[in-house]
Formats: sequence, C-alpha cells, structure tokens
Amino acid sequence: MARGVRSGFGWQLVPWLGALAVAVFVVQFVGRKAVADPGQFLITGLNGLTLGGLYFLVASGFTLIFGVMRVVNLAHGGFYLLGGYLGWSIFRETGSWALAAVGAAVAICAIGVTVQQLVLRRIQGQDMREALVTIGVSIIIADLIIAFWGGAFVDIGRPVALDGTVRMLGEAYPAYRLFVLLVAIAVGLGLWLLLHRTRAGMIVRAAVDDRHMVSALGVNVELLYVGVFALGALLAGFSGVMGGSLLSLSPGEDGRYLLVSLVVVILGGMGSLGGAVLSAAAVGLVEQYAAVYDPTYSVLYTFVLMVIVLALRPRGLFGREA
Amino acid sequence: MSVGWVRRHGVAIVILGLAVVFPFVVSEFWVVQIGISSLWLAIVAMSLTFLASYGGMISLAQTALYGVAGYAMAILTVENGVNPWLAILVALLLTVAVGAVLGTVAARTYGIYFLMITLAYGVFAYYFANQARQITGGHGGINGVLAPSIGGISLLDRTNLYFAALLAAVLCYLGLRYLVRTPFGIALQGVRDDPLRMSALGFNVPLYRILAFVAGAFVAGVGGVFAVWYNVRISPGSIDLTRTVDVLVVSVIGGLYRLEGAFVGAVAFTLLSNYANEFTDRYNMLIGVIFLVVLLLSPGGLLGMWEQFVRRFRTFVTRLKTRDGGREAREKG
Repeated sequence: MARGVRSGFGWQLVPWLGALAVAVFVVQFVGRKAVADPGQFLITGLNGLTLGGLYFLVASGFTLIFGVMRVVNLAHGGFYLLGGYLGWSIFRETGSWALAAVGAAVAICAIGVTVQQLVLRRIQGQDMREALVTIGVSIIIADLIIAFWGGAFVDIGRPVALDGTVRMLGEAYPAYRLFVLLVAIAVGLGLWLLLHRTRAGMIVRAAVDDRHMVSALGVNVELLYVGVFALGALLAGFSGVMGGSLLSLSPGEDGRYLLVSLVVVILGGMGSLGGAVLSAAAVGLVEQYAAVYDPTYSVLYTFVLMVIVLALRPRGLFGREA
Repeated sequence: MSVGWVRRHGVAIVILGLAVVFPFVVSEFWVVQIGISSLWLAIVAMSLTFLASYGGMISLAQTALYGVAGYAMAILTVENGVNPWLAILVALLLTVAVGAVLGTVAARTYGIYFLMITLAYGVFAYYFANQARQITGGHGGINGVLAPSIGGISLLDRTNLYFAALLAAVLCYLGLRYLVRTPFGIALQGVRDDPLRMSALGFNVPLYRILAFVAGAFVAGVGGVFAVWYNVRISPGSIDLTRTVDVLVVSVIGGLYRLEGAFVGAVAFTLLSNYANEFTDRYNMLIGVIFLVVLLLSPGGLLGMWEQFVRRFRTFVTRLKTRDGGREAREKG
C-alpha cells in the first residue's frame, strides 16, 4: 500500500538477497544431511508432508472464512481442540472412529454457526472488532475444555483398520499418517471442486474478490456467510479428530493450531486455496526437518520462513489487494 | 502552577494522591496483589493502548516484548550476576532492538493483518521460550530474580517496589503523552488516519509505524522488568497465549482509545482475578464473557461507558435547565 519516497540505492533488493543467502545456507545444510543419511531424510520429508496435510485440514477452514467474510476467526484453534476432545469422548463411548469424526465435525459446525449468528452477525463488517470478539470466544472454549475434560493429555487412538504400518522406502511407516495425507488431498480436491465447479463456489470466489458487488447482485450474503462459517468450523472440528489421532491433545494446544492457521494464511495469502496447500506443506516440512536436525531451536525456522515471505511479499505468496 | 492548571488536572492529581496514600492505608496483600500487580500490567497494557489509539496498530506482540525484557533481566542478573542497573539497560535496549526487527517486518501491513502477524510473534515467542532450554531454562523458566537496591532503598521491600512501579508507570504515561503531542506523534496520528495521503505528503509511512512500535516495545519492556521483579521468576507461562489475551483484555476493558484506560482496565482486571474465585471456579470463562460483553456493548471500554454516562447526564441536565428557562421566558412574555 503506502510507500515512502525511495532513494536511488536498491533497498528493495535487501530482502531478496537475505532470502537468497538463507536459501543457499539451508540447501547446503539439508543437502549434507540428506547425503549423510538418505533414509532419515526421506522419512522426515514424508513426516513433514503428513504433518503439512493435517495443517492444511486445520488452516483451510480458517483461510476460507477469512477470505470470504474478512473474519479472522481466532477461535479456530479452540474449535479444533474442542472437536478433538468431543471426538475422543464419542470414540470412547461408541468405539467407532468414523462416528467420532462425523460427530465432532457436526457439533463444531453447530457451535460455529451459533457463534456466527449470536455474536459475529451483530458487528458484521467491523473486521477488527470481529477478530477481538473471536478471542473472547476462544477464551471461553479453552475454559470449557478444562471444565469438561480437565488438564490431561488425550490420545483418541487410530481407527482399527489404519492402526498398522505400511512398508515404504524399506521401512515400516504408520498407515494412519498416510491416511491423514490422503484425506488432506481429498479435502483439498473437494474444496477445489466446490469452489471452481459449482455455482455456490463461484459465488464464494466472487465474494473473496468483491463481497459488496456480490451482495449488490442480489446474492443472499447472510446465507453465504452462515454457509462459509459452518464449513470452516466443520473442517476445524473434523481436523481436531484427525489431529487427535495423529498427535495427542492437551489444553493449550489450541494456540499451536491457531499459530499454524495464522502462518498458513500469512504465507499463502488471504482466501487462496493454492496458497494454503503450498504454505501448509512448507510449514509441515520446515517443522519436521527442523525438529530432526535442530530440535532446540526448531520453532525459529518456521518463524524465519514467515519473516522472509513477509519481507518479500507482505500479502503472502498468492495474496491480492483486499 | 496556576489555579487553572490545578483545575485542569484535578482528576489526575486526586488519583495520583490516592495512589501515593494507598500503601499506607491498606494491608500488605492489597499493596502486592492489587497494587504492584495492577501497575506492571497497566504499563504493558498502556503500550498496546498507545499503539492502538495513536498508531492504529493492535499489537498482540506486547507480551513477547515484555518477555524479552523479563528473560534478559533474569538471564543477566541470576545466571551471570550482572549489576542490576546494567541489566536493566541491556534488557531495555534488547527489547527495543527486537521491537525494531519485529516492527520492520510487520509495519507494512495494516489492520487485521497486523493483528495476525503480531499474534504469530507472540505465540512463536512462547514456543521459543519453551524450547530453547540453554537460553531460557525451558518449561521451568528462570527462578530467583530478585529486585535490586537503589541507594540503600531495597526494592525487595514490597512497599518500595510499589512506589518504584508507580513512578515508572507515571513516567511511561507522561512520556507517551508527551510523545503523541510532538511533531512525530501528530504525524503518527496522520499515518493512522490516512497512510496514503501521508505518504503522498512525503512522510515515510512505514518508518513512523516502526518507530511507534519501538516506543511501544520500550514501554512493554519496562513492564517486563517490573513483572519479573514482582513474580521473582519468569517462565514460558508468563508469556503464553493466556497472558497475551490478558493484556488485550485489560486494554479493551479499560478502553482502547485512551492511555488512561490501561490503568482502569488493569485495576479492574486485577481485582477480578483476585476475587472471582470466591464466587466461581470458571474464572477464565468469566473473563471471556466480560470481554465479549464489553466489546459488543461498549467498544470504548469502561472509560467509554463512563464518558457516555457523563455526556448523557450533562445533556439531561442542560435539557432540564433549558426547559425551565423556556417556561420562565414564556411566563415573562
């Protein structure tokens, strides 16, 4: 947006040169590690991709809501965690993983619609207030989780059919991790088809570009908002069960998935599905490789990734003017 | 100090007087749990209120910044035995430097983008503090951070620490008030209202926002120094998401559009957090609900509510007066 008067010196080049230096360093570092132990390198890469799959599942709902409604739903991490805990309870009662996934998704969808109708609709269009209000919602959800489930770590456990391993690259690889990746790809494709091959998707895409025009053309924007928020919350609840079976759940984890959602949107650009895919994969890979090669400072690498992308493209990789 | 000066600053003088008398009339518990606690929280929240009201930047990175100062104090004084004065200097300089870097990256974004990026900063800082054991002591943090003595006055004494915090809070408040009246502050408010026009007028818009962010970082750092003295320790729990939200809650409850709001919010928040457990176990839920209600009903916070009330009362009184006046006029005529 606003830029000051530039001097003749090429200050614009500084971030690019910095990024280049970091890239060269990372490539040679990872390259040496890869040559030293190719098996570990490949398995870590696969772990990164599966983690990226989970991150995409979480962040897709967040970026969808943000893109269409300009609502930064900071309760998204809370939706994820509540979905996971609900799924855990359903799984324990019924023993059916599929039922847990569907039940949690539907329940969070209902909660999401309630929040949207009761709270967000009153202050529609005031993006800052909407973002702050969702922080309030996230506090309440985090406390609800502690009230009902206490502070313990919870692991949903894997569906029976996927609890085994698959032989890959000469090693036994957990089947469930591959399942997460496949589901993420399926959800990504499903969202793409929904957005690009249906009338509803056409309206959503139009709303990302210019929601006032869409409403002026006679589309029921209220209904569109409810639908988008419901879908985003549904995805959060569902990914809570997916994630609760892949990693454990505990109070405070909502912050982690909120961070992931934020970073994915910041990196990928507002409302961009392709951007979300790419940045979720990037965050997953960076996190896994960093966790293996430099565990004490691993979180720094995701941070550096975010800073570099922001320095080069303040609106994210696929971002456009809002 | 003319009569006019006293009259204009009457409320401030009364409040400051009460704050000075406060530790002599209440119990130790109140001085520590309510007094000092409110003051450091108010300093941190004031940095957010300053950025929000004069820079148009709602920054959720203030906890990360006070964490930088707090950790620097803890590492320097506890682990390296550095002189506390030098430690304060280094801690604040470091906070300002980190603020400059973070601000430079975030300053090109506006509104909710800025909010998202600074929130990401805050959460990153928490995970870093948890993870980088060699530097931060990991999950347990660093314990035994003792407040120093100044010229024979030990800040370990809680009343003395209270007055030191009060002095720091007042200085930060006056400093920020001065800053927003300087040409820099005026230009900053221009940048807040219309960055494009300010840019066209030749102002370096990102630079103004970065400098404001740095000023906010300094104030947050001062809050961090007192927080670490008050708690005698620092750990990732001191800068987690809950803390970040607490600071935001304080600012919003008090009123995001005036610096004084930070004090009102901090006192209200501290009172609530000390006494809420007497009538509810679900303290965070209560905070969340209050936060929602304030945001939905009165975006100006408690200060906004008060001012609205005063305005309504005044119009009510003037209406009464004019009605009377009108009747008199008619009767005479």
